[in-house]
Order: sequence, then C-alpha cells, then structure tokens
Amino acid sequence: MTDVIDLTLNELANKIKSKEISSTEVTSAYVDRSKSSKKLNTYVEETFEQAIKVAKKFDSKPDFEKKLPGIPLAVKDLFCTHNVRTTASSKILKNFIPSYESTVTQNLWDAGAILLGKLNCDEFAMGSSNETSYFGNVISPIDNNLVPGGSSGGSASALAAKLTPATIGTDTGGSIRQPASFTGTVGLKPTYGSCSRYGIVAFASSLDQAGPMTKNVKDCALLLEVMSSFDQKDSTSIDFKRPNYSLELNNNIKGKKIGIPKEYRVDGMPTEIEKLWEKGKEFLKECGAEIVDISLPHTNYALPTYYIVAPAEASSNLARYDGVKYGFRAEGENLIDMYEKTRSQGFGDEVKRRIMIGTYVLSSGYYDAYYLKAQKVRMLIKNDFDEAFNKVDAILTPSTPSSAFKIGDKTDDPVSMYLNDIFTVPVNLAGLPGISIPAGLDKNKYPLGLQIIGKPFDEQGILNIAYSMEEKINFKLNINDWWIK
Amino acid sequence: MDQVNKDQYLIEKNGKQYEVVIGLEVHAQVLSDSKLFSSSATKFGSEPNTQVSLVDAAFPGMLPVINEFCVKQAVKTGIGLNAKINKKSIFDRKNYFYADLPQGYQISQYKDPIVGEGSVVLDLPSGPKTIGIERLHLEQDAGKSIHDIDPSSTLVDLNRSGVALMEIVSKPDLRSPEEVNLYIKKLRSIMRYLGTCDGNMQEGSLRADVNVSVRKVGSDKFGTRCEIKNVNSIKFMQMAIEYEANRQVELIEEGGSIDQETRLFDTKKNQTRSMRSKEDAHDYRYFPDPDLLPLEFDDKFIETIKKEIPELPDQKKIRFIEKFKLSPYEATILVSDLETSKFFEKVIEKSDVKLSANWITGELFALLNEKNLEISQSPISSENLSKLINLISDGTISGKIAKTIFEIMSKEDKDPSIIVEEKGLKQESDPKALETLIQKVLSSNEDKVKQYKSGKDKLFGFFVGQVMKESKGKGNPQLINKILKEKLNG
Repeated sequence: MTDVIDLTLNELANKIKSKEISSTEVTSAYVDRSKSSKKLNTYVEETFEQAIKVAKKFDSKPDFEKKLPGIPLAVKDLFCTHNVRTTASSKILKNFIPSYESTVTQNLWDAGAILLGKLNCDEFAMGSSNETSYFGNVISPIDNNLVPGGSSGGSASALAAKLTPATIGTDTGGSIRQPASFTGTVGLKPTYGSCSRYGIVAFASSLDQAGPMTKNVKDCALLLEVMSSFDQKDSTSIDFKRPNYSLELNNNIKGKKIGIPKEYRVDGMPTEIEKLWEKGKEFLKECGAEIVDISLPHTNYALPTYYIVAPAEASSNLARYDGVKYGFRAEGENLIDMYEKTRSQGFGDEVKRRIMIGTYVLSSGYYDAYYLKAQKVRMLIKNDFDEAFNKVDAILTPSTPSSAFKIGDKTDDPVSMYLNDIFTVPVNLAGLPGISIPAGLDKNKYPLGLQIIGKPFDEQGILNIAYSMEEKINFKLNINDWWIK
Repeated sequence: MDQVNKDQYLIEKNGKQYEVVIGLEVHAQVLSDSKLFSSSATKFGSEPNTQVSLVDAAFPGMLPVINEFCVKQAVKTGIGLNAKINKKSIFDRKNYFYADLPQGYQISQYKDPIVGEGSVVLDLPSGPKTIGIERLHLEQDAGKSIHDIDPSSTLVDLNRSGVALMEIVSKPDLRSPEEVNLYIKKLRSIMRYLGTCDGNMQEGSLRADVNVSVRKVGSDKFGTRCEIKNVNSIKFMQMAIEYEANRQVELIEEGGSIDQETRLFDTKKNQTRSMRSKEDAHDYRYFPDPDLLPLEFDDKFIETIKKEIPELPDQKKIRFIEKFKLSPYEATILVSDLETSKFFEKVIEKSDVKLSANWITGELFALLNEKNLEISQSPISSENLSKLINLISDGTISGKIAKTIFEIMSKEDKDPSIIVEEKGLKQESDPKALETLIQKVLSSNEDKVKQYKSGKDKLFGFFVGQVMKESKGKGNPQLINKILKEKLNG
C-alpha cells in the first residue's frame, strides 16, 4: 500500500469513505511528518493535538457524506481561525486570537476537514519568496537553499513536503500560482468574487482571492468546490451558479481555442521556459485544442499598475493595526508616539515599504498621476483580456519568468523581486481565474509551471484544460526528504 | 448698494459695513436601529462599548456591508430637500489616524454623493428665502474619546463607531445668525417629518461645522473662510458666528488678512480659537473603498420611497393658509413641528379654527415654554383643549374664565366642563338675571349715568366693569354690553 502521505486529496477522501483508513490514521501521519519537518519552518501555529482529538471524534461518528471527511488540512496564516492564533506572519498580530472564523475555512470545516495548523507566509502576504515573515523564511523542500516562492510559501512548501494533503492560500498578485510553480504543485486563483474575503486578513481588497493549492488538478477542483461560496458578509462576493467542479472535470478540450499572448515573451526569459511553453502548446494540440496567437498590448504596464494599486489599498487596510484595539502595542509618551513606535516595531521592512508607496500614491497632488492613472490602465488591461476572450477560450503562459531562486538572492533588490510576478499580476488586475500546473524541470531540476488563464467564472474551463495537460505532462515531483533527520 | 434691507445683519467698523457669509455642513444621524455597515444597535446612552461588532472595531478580515435602510433614509431626506438623487454613488475611504477611529479611515462619500443639489426655503419676516443645498452624503460616525475619566489615559467608547450620518452641505447662502437658526430648524423639521433624523442636538444627533467669512457690503467676491468645527447647539452656532464674524472684520480693518483655517468654539469663553491652519490640514488620501461596490439603484427604488413621503412643512403651510384661512405667520408656527401640526389638526376636528390657532400658539406654547416641554409631552391633551375652546364658542364660559380653567387643566388634565361644574364657573347668560344686576349698578351710580348721557361715552367701560364685578366675573360680556347699551341709550 502507498504511504498515507502520498495519497491525493481525492484518494484520501475515498479511502476514508470506504473505511480503508481512518481520519485518525491520516491525521496522525501528517502530524508526525509535520513534527519532524520543523526545519522547513512551514508552520507558525500548530494545532496537532486538537486535530487528533477532532479526528478521533470524527471516527467515532463519521459522516461519509462530507466532501472532505475527516481530512486534516493546514492553511495559510492569513485566514482568521476561531480561537487559533492568526498572525499574517507579522509581529503586529503575533498574539492575535480571533473570536471568529473566515468563511473559506468555515466551508472547509463544514465539509469535514480538520485544521492541522497555520502556515507561514510573507508578512501580510507581501512578498514573493516567503522571506518577509516575522517568523523567519520558509525553506523549499526542493532544495535546502531555495525559496518556496510567496506569499503562500509556507503552504506551497508544506504541500510539496507532504505535511498536508492539500492547502489553501491567497493570491493578490500571484501568491498562489508563483509558489505552486516553484514547488511543482497545482495552485488556482479563482475569479474575483468567487471565494469570500470575509475573515481573511486584507492586503489589497480589490485583488485578494483565496484559492486551493493541491497535488494535482482533480484535488484542485474538489477543494475549490468546497471553498467557493456566495457570502453576504462580503459585498464583493458574487452570486453565480457554482458548478460541481470535481464532478464536471473532464479532459475533453477538443476544439478549444487557446491564446498565446506575444507580450509574455519577455527579454531575458530563460530558454528552458520558452521551450516549456512550446511544449505546452504541443500538448494542447495533441489534445485537440487550437493554438491562436493573441495580443495583450498593455501587459507591460501591469506590474507598475499593480505596484500602485496594491500598496495604495494596503496602506489603508493596514491602518487598523495601530496598537489601540488588539495586537502588538509599544508604549509611547502620547497617542502619536505610541502609533509611531507600535507601527515601526510591529511591521517589517517590506510592509513598511508598501505602506509608504501606498500613502504616497494616494496623497493629494499625486493621486491623479498615480492612483487614478493606475485605475485607468487597469481598465485597459482588463479590456485587453475581454477582447482576447472574444477569440479564445483560455490563455496559456508561463507561470513565472524563472524557476525558484536562492534564499537571500533578491532580498536587497525589491524590483527584481517584484518582477517575479510579471505573468501572474495581470490576472489579478483583471479579476480572472488562473491556474498554475507543474510542467517540467529546469537544468537544476527545479520545477517550472505553466499558467492557464480563463474567462471570468470559467474555473471549470481552465481546470479541464489543466487536467488534459497534466495527463500529457505526467510531472513527477521527486523529493528525497533531505530535511528529515 | 442703495437698497440695504434694514433687517440685514451687518457689522459696522470704521464706518464700513460688512456682510457675513455662512455655509453649514450639518451632520445628521440617520434614524436607524442599526449602523451603516454593521448590524450593531445604535441606541443612545447605552453602556460604553456594548454596541460594537467586529466590523465596528475593525478586526482583521472584517468587511462592511451596506445597510439598505440607511440608504433609503438618505434618499428620503434628499427628496425632502428637493434634491437630485444620484442613482450611482461611491463610498470612499477618508484616511486618518485617531484612537476612536478603529479602521484608520472613515467610510464616507467624496466625489460621488448619494444626493446632489437641492434647496430649503426659510420663512423670513421679510418673506421666503431659498437656501441652496450643495449635496448630501452618507458616512460613518467615529467613536468617542473620553479624556476626563482617567487622569493618565484616554478611554474610547465605540458605541457610536459606524453609526450612519448624513452630511448635508449648504451653499454659502446664509447671511446672519438668525438665518442659521431658521435653517437648522427648518432642516430638522423636514427630517422629523420624514422620520429620517430625530434632530436631537443634546444627544448629538445633529451637529454642524460652520463656515464663516465676511465681505464689504456690495462686494461680490467671497472672503477667506474659517471653518468652526463640530458645534452642537443653535445657540452656540449663533454665538460662534457672531464672534468669528467680528473677529474677521476687526482683523481686516486693522490691515490684516484672514487665514483659511479650522477653528474651535470655546463655549466657556465664548470665543473661537485656531485648531489647525490650512498648511496643517490633513491629507485624507480619499480613494474608493475597494470593499464596497458602487451604490446603485433604479428609478423604481426612488419611486417607492417617494410614495412614502408625507406632507412636508411647506406644503402643509400652504394647505393651512388656504383651507383654514390662517395667516402665514400662524401657519408657519403651526407647521414648524410635526407634532404641533398634528395637535392642531386634532383640536380643529371639533373646534373653531381661529380660536384653536390662537390658543395653541398663545396659551399652550407659553405653558410648554415655561415648563420646557415638547408638545408631545403637553400636560393638556388635544381633546380637552378642544373641549375648552368649544365652551368658549358656545358661550358657556368667557375667554377670561377659560384662562382660569386652562391654568387648572395645566396641573390636572381634566375635562374642562367638569371643572366649570365643580368650581361653578359657568357664564351667566340669562338676560333677566343680568338685567337685574345692571339695574342695580345703574341705580347706585346715578351721577355717572347723568354724566354718560351728557356725552361722557368713556364711562361705558366703567359700567361694564361694575356689572362684571357684581357677577363675580361670570357675566357673559357680549350680553352685558348689549343690555347696557339698551338701558343707557334707550
């Protein structure tokens, strides 16, 4: 029998349903492996004992109608969890224990899942390497000096290292797809409005979306199905008929038109990524899809636009962390002094950098030149996609312009760090669904991903394309457990 | 200017006349059981921090959800102000740090308010004057910082945090403290008629920022204005305007210039003082709140609300004048407050209109004033006042006796006819009985009768007084007059 930790989410659910294994066995296996994997620094909060308790309770009175029956899951520490410390990997929230549950995690528990713990991420999800966390950087199981990507780096690392059978992240500019690409896993950012933002620590409200990170596409469909719901507590949540993604998953993409945007061929992109992209096209053709060259003319402006819009919203969203009501407080001579000390000591450098950029671009005299203009460009980028989707059903691009980089490589150069999001950011700006699937390895045997971008609410469409490609690519992640003594 | 209205409010200095220009930003608390973006209660005077949800306290991941009722209230108020209703409006974040502002920003409306231009008509002694409304927008209230309980800390009460406010911005059309008084009262009256704001200034449901500038009479250019923040009574607004206008005139006459600034009114010293200059003004970094979609509704939504609009003071006034032949003055007074107009309409269901108007605006208002009561708390019910008026109309009692009875009723709300019985105050209207009394008076004053008959007409009043005295005040004055005239002239 395969080891429990090697099973996919779907396999686990089926084996638990058929009583081949119990929730307690599964949970214990993940707890044990997680305990011996501290070196990766994936967890910021462990709820192992509680998880085993809940698993036992599940086994004593199992409900096999649930979609995730007694399955343990660790989640990104950006989701507020009732009575479980939630930090957003920031000092300013290091002792914060919510009295409420995010809608997305509640959906998981309602489907029978069990919380294993909270996973490390970049502070307030600001970063592309998981090096900005107050709790230290996360190490990729791919190699001991490699970043797992970010901001959902703890989630990607834990998933690839088999410390959780699946996980959830949040994606503001690529924070699910980029780390998935770096770790050889599948990550999907849903259409804006699919998953409720209620109870998720906000970074940039108009871009943030929660999404699944899984071992394969089928798991991705299942987890998305559980996470996604219309929520009246989030005014930007959209009430549309959500398909039964896993049930409707199929590999028939015959006749589908897939666009290849010429603007994604950027200078200095490694040839192996170019080749991978070519390979992706071939696979699609083999599946009966038609490849169409398209243009997304404003692609070049996506990154600067993102780095105006996201910091602007963040500067306002993070104003609530002021030491007055909850979280970290540094004592001060007076109110202003307390604010300054609390926020200087409570936030890390990258967060401060973005608060400063955001404050600047919203300031009177600069608003029109930066924020307003960025909003207009954002509309142009969205129009580019709308136009493209008149001709094609989906778009294929590389997920990232490079494979995972070394720890510390880009920490002194924020701009080169930001450039990592070049292929993922336009998708958030346009509010579209995008999925990254592992597609190959570079010369160092580091995973590389391809991204499929879909029409609004067409998660099913991109899942099906990803599912067909997955079969052809037949990617195998070989990890030798080097971090376990 | 040749035709300076002598009612105009002007400030004279060194022989020059200055006009005062005032614009108001009124903050009116929306009458609603729950807050603008959360379901917390809004009851005034509750224990601190007992009406605070996770949204109001800005916990991580909490999101605002618009309260549709508050939107309706704002639209309703907009209709009452004859204003343009914007079918699409946008909520913005106004960013600033303060201990009683949990989010670090106030959700407000900046460039696209829910209500656009409108107007309010003031009834000035010289005639009606229209005051322009610039806009009305919805916004959240902040919490309350309490500095005087703990000597070393500031305490924060978030009960008010997130409560819905309507900010109603007037055009700079007001020209005197009295116009400000009438404007606030009219605005409050309209909102009370609509049930959109209780207008209770003591509880802070209605507050205003007052913009004041001065200019030489005849100038068509506005002077530099100062904004006096958060004044919470009409009296203080008027005092603040008077002080501020005089300060500005003096400064100009001394050769100085006005700095655009925000000032505070010190109610103890009766002065305004500088709070912050234009240079120190906050940069609020307004931008559309990404947690909220633009607020959009259709014509049907507005039409449905229009159907709920009651008769408003201006319409009611016209009706009172046309239907009941009241003077514009009486009508203005009677419609200014919804409860007063209801009381009046109740009384006239069974009583004479003119007498009812007189008694309500005269005796009853004096009584309420003296006891500092609202008409809804009147010690005399509309039914009993109506009965009292009917006793006058049918001659049972004289106006004079009625005042005595009114006095008794003010202490005990009783059927006046019972009081008449108990105290024996019924008017003597039997001509025979009165004739006997008159005869008695005339016989004992024969010399005066002679003088009267020889042309001293003024003595008639003396005879009336004597007869009244004989009747112990109960004689029917009309009858006494009539019989006396017959006796003396016959």
